[in-house]
Amino acid sequence: MTSLTSNYLDGNAAAGELSRIFAMDLTAAEGQCANCGARKRFADAHVYMQSPGVVARCAVCQHVLLRIVSVRHRVFLDLRGMTYLNLDTTDLQPSVFARPDS
Amino acid sequence: MAGAALFGRRVMWRIGTVVALRDETPTARTITLEVSDWPGHVPGQHVDVRVTAPDGYSAVRSYSIASAPNSNGRIELTVERLPNGEVSPYLTQEVVAGDRFELRGPIGGWFVWRTEQTEPVQLIAGGSGIVPLMAMIRSHVSARNKSQFRLLYSVREPEAIFYRDELGALSKDKYSVGVTYAYTRTTPKDWPRPPGRIDATLIANSTWPSVLAPTCYVCGPTSFVESATSLLSASGIDRDKIRTERFGSTGERK
Repeated sequence: MTSLTSNYLDGNAAAGELSRIFAMDLTAAEGQCANCGARKRFADAHVYMQSPGVVARCAVCQHVLLRIVSVRHRVFLDLRGMTYLNLDTTDLQPSVFARPDS
Repeated sequence: MAGAALFGRRVMWRIGTVVALRDETPTARTITLEVSDWPGHVPGQHVDVRVTAPDGYSAVRSYSIASAPNSNGRIELTVERLPNGEVSPYLTQEVVAGDRFELRGPIGGWFVWRTEQTEPVQLIAGGSGIVPLMAMIRSHVSARNKSQFRLLYSVREPEAIFYRDELGALSKDKYSVGVTYAYTRTTPKDWPRPPGRIDATLIANSTWPSVLAPTCYVCGPTSFVESATSLLSASGIDRDKIRTERFGSTGERK
């Protein structure tokens, strides 16, 4: 299936908005599309930012992966289009309270 | 949230103060900013810029960081002015040294190049898509990194080239970066290739062959990125080795 329009950006463009919600960078995370099963980096998702919110679609089948809508002091996050997200934690600093082997 | 504050790379809004301005082309300007408590960045990352008008109206746009990481808390952004832009005319024409605006970043952990990487690197830029790739080139040079870098840079015309003198100087040293220009509208005099978009022949003649398994970074307008990525894939490059960053058709990412 071809793209809905050529007026999309990619997951990188949504990363600033997503940083309001997630402590970790999502662009490098691998996500699985709940519709076609494709596993791709979130950076590769097609992102539409012209709408009132942000819509990310699977680059393979165009299924909606994620929606974010911000209204005043609330953010609505819809993640049903992704089966999972797989994140690399090596860049995170451990909590100062963490024990070395915990 | 208390828990989130424990992470070292938490993205947050900071204040950037303009300390220098430099024109790159008739429509693009590099802004040097001093950022309070800047945590450092990785080449390829971007920041969101928020400018707020006196009446309270504010607009956020994303701009790539052009400078290599350094220890002086300064970053450079190169901004292309768009005719109907809301933020870029302000950033390229009205901003003066001492002005302050809000920055959120550094953002992005995938479209990045790290000095630990040693494989060949192929950079492909369309127009202002050169900006994050320039941060990678500058970082590669200053780190004396051993990777072999090549840049294929597509521009409308010679006058539209960003960082022309710097790229010219770097390309004289084969350990820095090999540069190929592709002109889409007007070429320099006696240029061997007629104006046109990047095609399979140009990819075959000026980019690393797939047997070297280069990591490729493609940045530019969406249509440019789609076509460059297809050409790279067709030339045998594994899709997993191609990292992309798309600008909107307006060039101004919201």
